Amino acid sequence: MSRIQLHVNGKALSVEVEPRTHLADFLREQQLLTGTNLGCEHGVCGACTLMIDGVPMRSCLIPAVTCDGAQVRTIEDFDDDPVMVKLRAAFSAEHALQCGFCTPGMLATARDIVTRLTDVDDARIRLELSGNLCRCTGYVGLVRAVRRVLDAR
Amino acid sequence: MKAAAFEYERPRSCAEAARLLQQSAGRGKVISGGQSLGAMMNLRLAQPELLVDVRGIDALQRCEIEADGIWLGANTTHAAIEDGRVSDPTGGLMRQVAAGIAYRAVRNRGTLGGSLAHADPAADWVNLMALLGAQYRLEGMGTARTVGSADWMPGAFTTALREDEILTAVRIPRLSAQARWGYYKVSRKAGEFAQALAGIVDDPARRLRRALIGAIDGAPHVFDAAALIDDWHEAAADVELQAAGLKAGTYEYQIHATALARAVRAAAAMRSAAA
Repeated sequence: MSRIQLHVNGKALSVEVEPRTHLADFLREQQLLTGTNLGCEHGVCGACTLMIDGVPMRSCLIPAVTCDGAQVRTIEDFDDDPVMVKLRAAFSAEHALQCGFCTPGMLATARDIVTRLTDVDDARIRLELSGNLCRCTGYVGLVRAVRRVLDAR
Repeated sequence: MKAAAFEYERPRSCAEAARLLQQSAGRGKVISGGQSLGAMMNLRLAQPELLVDVRGIDALQRCEIEADGIWLGANTTHAAIEDGRVSDPTGGLMRQVAAGIAYRAVRNRGTLGGSLAHADPAADWVNLMALLGAQYRLEGMGTARTVGSADWMPGAFTTALREDEILTAVRIPRLSAQARWGYYKVSRKAGEFAQALAGIVDDPARRLRRALIGAIDGAPHVFDAAALIDDWHEAAADVELQAAGLKAGTYEYQIHATALARAVRAAAAMRSAAA
């Protein structure tokens, strides 16, 4: 076991972790923050995407022990985030989720698209979303939802 | 889908990392961003007994700008290159290549040095560095040496690194303003590893006319591209495709030929746009 200090959703934590425990398992099983979902666990599906130090990353590919000093934000911490408020409304309006499994990761990526990029056409939205898989195949709605928030900026 | 158990160390210096690696006697592995290693460990294709995390070593973040090149620290992320947060000595080629690596969430964590040390023949940096003729700085127990890109990767997933060495920085030669290039990947899906990859650089000021065929069984195939600079010459390309180990008439030959032709055309288009 190794001791690390990190912030999770604004809360300072000092915790013991097994080196082999990845960040997503640490959050789900030790912190009971189950909003982060796990799909493939090898960096392909994007379900576990969350924010570390302000940018999206794959929590399944990152051992929690390597996050000493990091600021981690999971989907649970975005209730009052102004960009996420707009994205959630757009996801509902455009039917950008069906089963909801990919949604936390999709929202993390969508937030990155609308905050980082300018002059984004639909092809670029698709390219940026290509690292997040929706097994319900709801991509048209997802692209429209991101489009809607970009257009309202 | 969970990594096997391992010990973890986070050294603060290259010397300390080298000592830990030497003590592990081949059972330790360096981790930086871990975007390839993490997946391989979760799939249990890799089961190191010790992870030596080099993300906390400041020296690996350092970039040194020289007149005719730049040393990029091994911990530089793909996203930092994509965004232009570090200087691009190739006038845009490196930024273009960085933007095409996997997905943004991976590029935010994955590093130049990590990708090079992983030495996947289908990954971008081992191929681009071979095309540009980069140099690699390696530090071990009381040793420091530099190796050229031709000696970096003897084969797939194999590098010049000795047991106690870590890759600390990569020197990328500067291209002149007259340089033209093309770089093309064939992937089944955006962000996936390339099935075929090719690049070409024509820099008259540096008398550099080089091309590359990558995503093959072993190290990238780099060759003098004089015959391909101005236009696509099938016979000249065929010689190089065969030399890269691709058999005429196969699917693999065809997609590599297509990647090379598209890279050549992209370089030609860049030249006409500038004319």
